[in-house]
Order: sequence, then structure tokens, then C-alpha cells
Amino acid sequence: MSATFVGMPAFPEAARAALADPQLRHNLAHATDTIRRKRASVVAEIPEWEELRLVGAAVKDSALRSLDTHLVELEERLVANGAVVHWARDAAEACAIVAEVATRHSAEEVVKVKSMVTQEIGLNEALAAQGIAAWETDLAELIVQLGDDLPSHILVPAIHRNRAEIREIFRTKMAAAGRPAPDDLTDDPAALAGAAREHLREKFLRAKVAVSGANFAVAETGTLVVVESEGNGRMCLTLPDVLVSVVGIEKVLPTWESLDPMMRLLPRSSTGERMNPYTSTWSGVTPGDGPQEVHVVLLDNGRTNALADDVGRQALRCIRCSACLNVCPVYERTGGHAYGSVYPGPIGAILNPLLKGTGVDEQTDSLPYASSLCGACFEACPVRIDIPEVLVHLRTKVVDSHRGDRVLKPEAVAMKAAAFAFSDARRLALAERASGLAGRVIGRWGKTRLPGGRPAAGRIPGPGAAWTSARDMPAPPKESFRAWWKRTSGGRS
Amino acid sequence: MRVALMVTCVNDAMFPDTGKAVVTLLRRLGVDVEFPEAQTCCSQPMVNTGYLDEAVPVVRTWVEAFSGYDAVVTPSGSCAGTCRHQHGIVARRSGDAGLVEAVAQTGPRVHELSEFLVDVLGVTDVGAYFPHQVTYHPTCHSLRMLGVGDRPRRLLEAVRGLRLVDLPSAAECCGFGGTFAMKNADTSVAMGSDKARHVRETGAEVLVAGDNSCLMHIGGVLSRQQAGVRVMHLAEILAATETDTTEPSAMLGKGVAT
Repeated sequence: MSATFVGMPAFPEAARAALADPQLRHNLAHATDTIRRKRASVVAEIPEWEELRLVGAAVKDSALRSLDTHLVELEERLVANGAVVHWARDAAEACAIVAEVATRHSAEEVVKVKSMVTQEIGLNEALAAQGIAAWETDLAELIVQLGDDLPSHILVPAIHRNRAEIREIFRTKMAAAGRPAPDDLTDDPAALAGAAREHLREKFLRAKVAVSGANFAVAETGTLVVVESEGNGRMCLTLPDVLVSVVGIEKVLPTWESLDPMMRLLPRSSTGERMNPYTSTWSGVTPGDGPQEVHVVLLDNGRTNALADDVGRQALRCIRCSACLNVCPVYERTGGHAYGSVYPGPIGAILNPLLKGTGVDEQTDSLPYASSLCGACFEACPVRIDIPEVLVHLRTKVVDSHRGDRVLKPEAVAMKAAAFAFSDARRLALAERASGLAGRVIGRWGKTRLPGGRPAAGRIPGPGAAWTSARDMPAPPKESFRAWWKRTSGGRS
Repeated sequence: MRVALMVTCVNDAMFPDTGKAVVTLLRRLGVDVEFPEAQTCCSQPMVNTGYLDEAVPVVRTWVEAFSGYDAVVTPSGSCAGTCRHQHGIVARRSGDAGLVEAVAQTGPRVHELSEFLVDVLGVTDVGAYFPHQVTYHPTCHSLRMLGVGDRPRRLLEAVRGLRLVDLPSAAECCGFGGTFAMKNADTSVAMGSDKARHVRETGAEVLVAGDNSCLMHIGGVLSRQQAGVRVMHLAEILAATETDTTEPSAMLGKGVAT
């Protein structure tokens, strides 16, 4: 991938561009609606779904509470099983470890299982800088990679593309990356998948090194788990001689048993399937079977910062199912690129600021505000992350990080003024009298009327434009409720 | 039972007819509702924008206005949600144990209008008459934060003359979201235009909801589109009777600048 999220504008500006893209809007509305329906129907099959969510949240919470001991146990078991365990504080350390393994095997290319964490650390770009090609093998990731594009969804990263666009990408870009697309390629989904299969198969058979993430890491057995749909993961995890897995430290589960609720929650929440087609598990090296050199890179990259945040730490329960994206009315309209991160949507709006910190850059600070706080994400989350609660908490952190500023933002001035008026009913009554006067002016000279006849403000310039460029604004009434109550003794006179 | 009306700042300053409708309705049902004049705002605009320090004096004012009442009734799911679920955050920020205790005492006594009618008074037929085709939008905070469920629907179904039409994708947010409507105006309007489209699809004359802030947003979009659909608060429909007709066209002049 040559494209990058670095330098993306803050959410409102990025969203404006996305909202004006009819193809994107159409694809997203169709895709999210389809997957929402699928999820709803398979979730409805489980009468104890709400209890299962509680169990899922409790399992992850307990794992996070004793993360230190579970991680050490995981390392011990992995080493005993013949794996090499590395610890990485940040993206640079993790990328260097993977590059070192590949270089040691003189690998000029690696095949990759779809993985969020390797995107988070920019692994493909880091490997490219060392002259190593990292091939994505998940169909949608392949589309994104060949198109020099950026992922826009956690589960279906090419959700913003339609099949005509995919055909064009395959026809023009596949040849430079290996086996070309057939000359007679149509935009039939089966034909597109067939072209990708032929193209990828050569890479699977050729590659000496594979790179993966992991959905879960079971401490007691030293087992990594990858959940996938296409079988490309199974190919990567079994064919090459060397396997390097980059695993966020929050992926650890204490016991094999605790994997059970997760495997029930994840596929239904994610793809809307009762069960995913391929679940691969491996515990270190199995002599004579599969990769004979197994590395595991345990990555922090801001996770301990998130863990230290007593409200925000619940975000580390996330199992990357993307249910919150699919139900989010903001995501459905803006798509993932507007969030400027590999983690888009509601979870991205909390995860990015938690991992990167607040008050550092404007783009990250804009994310907690990229939500109407409608609560659909919390309702859909299989591990009950109260995303609205965390969003409000992070907004507070953003505001607090600017409390020492010498020049206050207009919003801060407005909030201080509102707080002053709202701290005393007499002050508020005065403000309402002023707004009543404005209402009289609008009523007398304005021409706009709401359906039914109430006077309204049409388009007004300045700060009012944010509301009135697309919405009429009712004129303030000449008398507030409190003034009416006082004048009429509560309507009795 | 001493019952206080928490009219909310939005209704106080912009939609006094909704407050009057609550008073009319509750008196008809035998509740002598009081209006604590010290009330201002629930603090939600500050809390949800991240200004917790600014919210502290507002919550203090709120506690002074409403402590001592057996029940607080409010025509807003969103403001009821803030009182019940967010005042604790503000109080803890203040570091004042007394304020923490006070909001823990008073918060649970706050009821959104449909909750108060159905759960506290035990009525669904409030004797209302409203001969119009109506569609109902369940606002996000009433639906997901408070869990009012089908209470507003049951109240509307009992209104004589009212024809209730289902709103497609009803549970989806309208895009108001408080300061979201200004900070992310483009996205807010994109959501609002889809909500307005669904409202128009119903063929209803009136869109009803339990939050005037959401209705101001959807109504603003509908008005700009010349859609010919008006928005009304649930309280105003429930307050209407055969003798006191709240005709959509007649209701409008009252208390409004002309």
C-alpha cells in the first residue's frame, strides 16, 4: 500500500468529502443494511444473547485485570511449545522484529493473513522500506492493496468499492504484483474471486515467510487463534516455513474455556454467520507439520495507556467484530476513511484517542465528537463496550487538555457563557427575554414559516449558518415558559 | 405526592407550548404539578461536549431546584437521561461528596413524560383526541438510554381519532446529537435528510416525538424541503381533546411570535 492515513484532516472536513461521494454513499448504505439484517437475524436465534454479552465482557475484563500474569503465562507456554516470543513497546519495535526475521531468511516477500494490528503499526510500509514485499491475501485487502487504497472497514475493508471498480483494479494492477487477471475478466463476483484465487495461489506456494495477527491468545495452552472466512489465513498459517504473528497484548484470554463465549459472540456479530468457515489454532511448533519456526510479537503500542484509563479501558475488550460500524448512522454515511485510521467507526472514535492520547493532534481529538451519541453501537457490541460513555469521557479529556490555552476557542467561550446563564434562573430569564425580542424581529420581517405556520429563520450567515444552511430554525417565542408561568400563575389566571 | 415539572431549557426558551401542554395534561389527570422557578438546564450541552467543570454549577442549580420533590416529570428523554445517568459524573468531578449524594437521591426520581404517565400514574388512555395521521420517531436517548420501550406508542394508540403510521427505520438516529448538529453539521444533515425521507414515505401529516431538540432538527429539514409535514411533541398531542382542539394549524399561533 502506498496510500497513507498520515496527514488526514479532522473528521468534519474529511466527512464533508465522503458525504459528497454518491458511489460511496450508495455502497455503504447497501452493505451496512445487508450486514445489519444478517447480524440481527442470527443474534435473534440465541435467546440468551444478553447473558452471553455479559459473559463476554466479564471474560475480557478478568483477562485485562490480570494482564501481567496472563501475558507471562502465555510467554512461558509459547516458549515451552517451541515458539520465539518478542515484546514490542511500539510500532517501530514490532516492525523491526518482523523485518529482522524476514531478512534472516532472505525473504523478499511475505504473505499476510488479514490483520488489524499489522495495519495499525504500518508493517507493510516498514517492510517495503527494507525491500520486502508484503502481500495481502484476504480478498478485500488484496483489492485495497492493488488499488493503492486505504481500508475503510475493519471486516470488509473494500466496502467502498463496487464490482466494476474491482474488475478495473484487477485488470490494471494484478500483473505488476504477480499472475495477471485473465483477459476476459468480467465483473461477475465468482469470476473476480476466481481471478484473485489464481493470483494468490502462486504467492501462497512461493512464500517462505507468513505474517499474521491473532484474534485470541490463550495463555494456559500458549495457543494463538485466527478466525477467518476465505481460507487464505489457513494457507498462510500452514504453508510457509516461518510464521510471525503480531499480537496486541489485550488479545490474551486466560483459559481455553474462556474462548468458548468469544467464539459464539464473534462470528454472529461480525459476518452475521452462526460460525465462521475457518478457525485456525496453533500452539508453537508442531514438528513436521506446518511452520517450523514460529515467532510471536506481543505489542503494546498505547494499550497500557488505555488500560490506565479507568473509563476508557473497556475499549480493550474489543474483539474487532465491526458490529458497531455497521449499526452506526455516522459511519454509514461517511465511511471509514473520514476517521483517518485503520480503526474507523465508533470503536475507532474511542480506540484511536485512547492509544494515541488526547490533546496531541487535532485529527485524533476530532474523533470523539464524530458521533451523535445515539447509542446504537453500545447496543450492538458483543462485549458491551459502552462507547457513548467513553466518547463523552474522551471529549472531557480533549477539553481539559485545552484548559491552559491562552486564547480560548469560541466553543469554550460559548460554554462558559451558557454555564453562567444556566447557573442562575434570573440570568436565564434575561437571556430568554432577549431571544424573545429576536423572535419578534424574525416574526415581523422574516418570510419563512414552518409547516403549520410558525415563523422561522431561513438561511442566516455567520455562526448560524452551521444550522440554517440546510435547516430552518423556529423563531424564539415572544414569551418563555417561565415568563408565562409567572404572568399567569401557572395558567390559572 | 409533590410533582415538579422540569420543562428543560430548550422547551422553556423555544417550545413553551410543550410545557403548557404537560401542565394541561397532568392537571386533567389530577396531578397538581409545580414549576420550581429556580430551574435552568440539566447540563447536558456542557457534559456531552466535554465541559465538565462548566457543568458543575449547572448541576448544583438543578439540585437546588428539584430536591425535595417526590417525582420530577420532564418532556424530554434526553434530559431525563442526563439527570439519571450523567449527573453522577459531574458531581464526582466537583469533588463535593454532598453533591454526589444529592444527585444520587434526586436523579432516580426523574421521569420522562411517557414513563411518568404509564409507570407512575398507570394510564395509557389520557382522554386525548387528535384526528390526524401521525408517525412516531423514538428518540435515541428515550429508546436506548432510558428504555421507554413502547410506552409512547401505547399512549398514542389510545388517542381517539389518531391514525398511527409506522416510520421506516424508526430506531435510527435523526442526526441531531446536541452540539454534533453544529460541529459535524454536514453529517448531521445527511442523517436528517434520510430521516425526513422516511417521514415523508409514511404520508403522515404530523411527526411526533418525545424530544423537541430532535424535532427541531428533523422539522427544520422538512420545512426547508417544503415537505408539508409538521412536527409536534408527544405532550401536545396528549393534551388535545375534543373541547380543546389542538389542530395542527390552530396550535401554532399560541405563544409564538407573529
